[in-house]
Order: sequence, then structure tokens, then C-alpha cells
Amino acid sequence: MSVEKSLIDEILKKYENPEESLIAVLQDVQAIDGYISRESVEYITEISGIPSARIMGVASFYAGFRLKPVGKYRIMVCMGTACHVNGAERVGDTVKRVLGIEEGDVTEDGLFSWEEVACLGCCSISPAMMINDTAYGKLTPDMVTDIISSIREEELK
Amino acid sequence: MRFLLGYGSCGIASGAKNVLRGLESTFENTDFTVEKVGCNGLCFAEPIVEVICDNGESILYGRLDEKSAIALGESAKNGALMSENRLTDDELKFLNGQKRIVLSSCGKIDPESIDSYIENGGYSALRRALELGSEGIIEEIKKSGLRGRGGAGFPTYIKWQSAKNSAGDEKYIVCNADEGDPGAFMDRAVLEGDPHRVLEGMMISGIAVGAQMGLIYVRAEYPLAVKRLNLAIEEMRKKGILGENIFGSGFSFDFRIMMGAGAFVCGEETALLASLGGNRGMPVTKPPFPAQKGFRGKPTNINNVETFANISWIIENGGEKFAEMGTEGSKGTKVFALAGRVKRGGLVEVPMGLTINDIVFGICGGIKDDAQIKAVQMGGPSGGCIPKNLLDTPIDYENIAKTGAIMGSGGMIVMDEKTCMVDMAKFFMDFTSKESCGKCVPCRIGTTRMLEILQRVVKGEGQESDIETLVELGEAIKTGALCGLGNSAPNPVLTTIKYFREEYEAHINEKKCPAKKCQALISYNIVADKCKGCSLCSKKCPVNAISGVIKSPYKIDNELCVRCGQCIENCKFGAIEILSGEGEE
Repeated sequence: MSVEKSLIDEILKKYENPEESLIAVLQDVQAIDGYISRESVEYITEISGIPSARIMGVASFYAGFRLKPVGKYRIMVCMGTACHVNGAERVGDTVKRVLGIEEGDVTEDGLFSWEEVACLGCCSISPAMMINDTAYGKLTPDMVTDIISSIREEELK
Repeated sequence: MRFLLGYGSCGIASGAKNVLRGLESTFENTDFTVEKVGCNGLCFAEPIVEVICDNGESILYGRLDEKSAIALGESAKNGALMSENRLTDDELKFLNGQKRIVLSSCGKIDPESIDSYIENGGYSALRRALELGSEGIIEEIKKSGLRGRGGAGFPTYIKWQSAKNSAGDEKYIVCNADEGDPGAFMDRAVLEGDPHRVLEGMMISGIAVGAQMGLIYVRAEYPLAVKRLNLAIEEMRKKGILGENIFGSGFSFDFRIMMGAGAFVCGEETALLASLGGNRGMPVTKPPFPAQKGFRGKPTNINNVETFANISWIIENGGEKFAEMGTEGSKGTKVFALAGRVKRGGLVEVPMGLTINDIVFGICGGIKDDAQIKAVQMGGPSGGCIPKNLLDTPIDYENIAKTGAIMGSGGMIVMDEKTCMVDMAKFFMDFTSKESCGKCVPCRIGTTRMLEILQRVVKGEGQESDIETLVELGEAIKTGALCGLGNSAPNPVLTTIKYFREEYEAHINEKKCPAKKCQALISYNIVADKCKGCSLCSKKCPVNAISGVIKSPYKIDNELCVRCGQCIENCKFGAIEILSGEGEE
């Protein structure tokens, strides 16, 4: 795929010291298409001189960075302690079954991807999941199925 | 009459947006308005509206939706507030016995308005601190006895003093808002509900230490907190509370926010500093301490959100007043996040020295479905499970440590009889082995080996020597690991072995899970006498493992069954049981 070079140029200009702000730079780059592609890493190196190995080292260290594409709707199933005690496993199993894909993959239509994440901090409404920026709580398998199908219906309209 | 709607991310997830819509639609063309406030900690009853009547009386409404919000709005217009959806006296016990300092304004003020904070006394502590000066501030913090609320409990004034004593003009204040401990959410609530309190605390620390820049390292998973912090900083700048020569005192200060990228180890201060510098978050050995060599190699004072949130109160009321609360070694209050199998989960701020039982039963109403309590997990992946018979332990740093758990950031996960302790130990070990940064061998390899053993045990493939091997490995990691993450990683396993050894033995020797939780060791069975043959379970089963003929007992094929529990939830006759060990075919 092609990289939006002008967007990356703008991001690098925003930071006084891109090497010290590497995490913020990568967060901004990830915001462009939801993940950090090999091409964008190489382009950052070309412009800033930060070695690709160092960029990849940082990008692969943090759970918040994705090196693979994500769906338009990114489902994050909380695997925190409270959620675990209240049945997070069932939420994950249901998402997996309804979408028919493994954790970290994207559905064929590009609409959904899902992943297990560390605590979302919504412990009081556990078990919880987040789809993009919206949190859903007190989930049961039925609710998970309904939430996903309503998004799907909305998209088909 | 005022209407305060809890609009933290937990409130929004519970449907606060619908409540807002309902109220606003009824309030059109009236003088009533809805004020969006942070989370007041009564998470169990969200979405929540607090109505403050003209005579000052406060009435709390909970579990609202759009319809009941409209009804509430209409009843207010008619001059007689409705009686439905009010929190009961029993539920309001949640607030009795709490002493709120850190949370005092959460749910009371508009977190997106600096005026709201100032009207409630905000930034007067900053003025007072400027009068007191560096020595005076540190003296008050020393008198207060405040210890770090992030987990380790290190005396705050010593940190400040040593950063102040370090040579150099360029110094930094860092707020650790990387609340990674699963089960703790007090920092999120404070940042979302009262961001200025944290910023004010950081600035006072800046005066004490001689720093001009405050950095906030906040989790990217908390987008609302980040948004409100940014807004708060912008408003401070407009008001002249930030920048050069604040209040004409000659003191200058500014803030920068950095979002974390999802690494638990970054809660460790040297790892956090590495991450702030754009590196992999890997800890280094101390000394040098951050107070000597921190961000950009300059003296840096790092404290946690809750620690900073205590500062303005201490400066305003005096260190002695703070030290009146709590126990001999642990002063003041502590915020706990209650979750898990507890009836009323939420945020509880109490003076140190109360017992765990006081909190779980006195304030939070006991256990869901009136089940039996089994243990309380404190301190997250670095902490441990405290068993039922030790729940009258008074809460302070030392007493909690004696049980094998740690105070940690204050997450309390309540567990009932249905919680399998071996499964919990596996859960935490899975977490720490993934979050281990990989730098030191004891932690990287040790946690993985411990996890492998636990995975075997829950599958019913445990061996007799496994418990001893776990203890041996655990002790070795505790002594050998480089940082706090590794040093404390074995705690959940070691405490569950200490207090619940018989559960490990049942898994290993009898291939049985006493809590009936571990999937490989349980089977589902329909009790023929109780089954009416309604076929609901068979319709709900996602894998078609249940079959039968209408009006006669159904059967479950355990080969197909994925143990999701949907049949049990949907059965109206309680006819489906879980078996483990005995009674299996």
C-alpha cells in the first residue's frame, strides 16, 4: 500500500524532537489508518533519520501499537480482573464465534477486528468491551451478539 | 434546583447519554439545566442523577434510562420530584463512613470548567503554597505523613526533598497516570471528574522541588481523561494560572501530556521515564533514583495521581490535620476501587485503618446474590488474595503486606465461592508474563515457567511436585528480578498456595475444580427430574450441544459443549448443574 507521505511529514513537523517524542509520533501515524505499516516506518526513517530498528523496537514493545490492519470497528474485549471474575471469557468467545475470526484478525468485509486488551478501567460495569471509543458494560453473550448485529445492520443501510 | 448527571466514561457506558437526552428534551424552554459532572463513585447504580433542591437537600436517582429521565424531568417541572428510581436508604449506606478528600469534588463540580473548580476553593492552595515556599511546603507534607498512593507507599516528602536537594536548575515533575493495575480505576475517576486537583498538586510539588515543567503520563485507554486534562490546561493558561510568573510570584510552570502506549511495566518509575523519552519501557537499576537523574537525565519527582490529588487539601488544611486520620504508620485516607462479586461496586474513600470487612460489608453491602465471600484480591498482579478469615485486617501499608498482598493502588476485587483460586493465579501469571519487559531472566523466563505449570494444573494435567516447584520458582523470581514488576509477580500464586493449597491439591490429585470453574475439569448435566422439556436451552445453545424432545428431559453432549453457561442462565427451572470430579461419566 502507499503511505500518505504528506500526513507523516506534518506529524514529524509537529514535534520538536521526534526521537524523544517517538511514541507520540507513532500514535499519530497509527491514527491515519489504524495501524503502523512497514512503509510508514521506512518513511519516518527516511525523513527523521531515526533507525527503523529503533522504531520497530518501540512499536513492537507496546500493546497499543498495531502492526497489522484493523477493522473499521475495533472490538476490544477487556481481560481485566473484575471482568475475568464476572465472565470475560464468555464475552471473548462470543465475539469470536459471531465474527468467525481469530483474535487479531479482520473480517472479510473489513468491518470488524477484535482483540483482548488489558483492563479498560470500567471494572464497575464488568464484563466490559470497547468498540472504537464507546464502552459497553454488564455484557452477556446475547448482548454481545445484538451489539455486533446492530452495527452490521447500520452499515448495510 | 440543580441536576448533576454523572458523565464519566463509566456513566456514559451505562447510558448517561440517553439520560442527558431525556432530561434536556423535557427541560426545553424551562430554567432547568443539566450539569455534567464526573463519577461520584456510586458506580453500581449508574447512570446517576443527583438533584440538589433549593433548600440544599440532595436526592440521588439511579439506574436511569431515557424514559425514567423524562419522568424525572417532568416531575421536577411539576414541583413534586418522583419517588421512583431513588436510591434506597440501604444503598445510600455506601456513602456513610466514607471520608472524601481525593474524591471530594468528583461528581460535584463540572470537570470541564475551571470556574467550577475555583468556586469550590480551587487554586487557593496554590496561592498558599507560593507563600509557604519550598521548605514550608515540604514541612507540611512531612507532617502529614503522606505516603505514595501508587503502591509502594514511599514517604512523599523524602522524594520531594531529594529532588529539591539535587543540583541543577532544570527539574521535572511527573504524574504517573498509567493506571495499569487491572481492577483499579480511581485515577481515571479523579482525572475525569476533577482534573484540576491533580494539576494543582503537581504545581505545588513544582514549587517545592524547583521544577518548571510537569509531565503527565496517562493511559491512552482513558480518552476522556486525556480530553479533560487538555481542556483544563488550556483554561488555566487563559486564566493566567499557568505560564510565566504565576500570580506575580516569579514562579513559572507549564504542563505536557503524554499518552502511554499500553505497557503495564511503565507504572514502574524508571520504565515510565524510559517511555517518556521515546524508548521501550524497560526499567533500570536504582540508584541513581529519578530524583537525581530522571527525565532527560535531570532531577525528576514522580508521584501517582492520587498522591498529587491529596496535596492541595494538605496545604489548605495543614499536615497535622491530615495526620489525624489513619493509623500510626499510614496517614490520611485511601481510595479503593471495589469490583468483582461485590453487591455495590464503586469508589470508596475511607481513613486508613478500617478493615476490609468494614468496606466490603459495611459500605458495599456484601456479596452479589448473597453468596459466600471467599477472598479479596488486593494490589492486582503484584498483590495477593486475602482469605475470608483475614478480612478483619486493618488496612494500612504494613498490615496488608503481612498477609502477602500489597496495598497497591487500591483495587479490591471481591471473590465468592464460584471463583477458582488456581484459575485466578493463572490469570495474573498470564498477565505478568505478557507484561514482563523481557530485560531480566528471572522475570522473563520465570513467569513463563510458572504460567506453564498453572496452565497444566487447570487442565487437570498437574503433577505432584508442581506446588513445590511453583513456590521455589516464585521465591527465586522475587529475589532475582530487576524491578518491582518482577519482584511482586509471584505474589498472586504464592498467596493462593499459602491460603488455598487444598484447591491446588484438588486440581492436581483429584482432577477436580472445587469452584467448578476450570473448563477442562467440569461437565454440564441436565437433571432429568427438574427439566420440563421446554427446549429453551437447546435454542440458546450456540453450538447445538443440547438435544431432546419437547416435554421430556433434554440431554447435553459434553463433547460438543463449550461451557459458555447460556443454558444455565436461560433455564427457568434450575435444571442444569455443573459437575466436577465425582458424578461424571
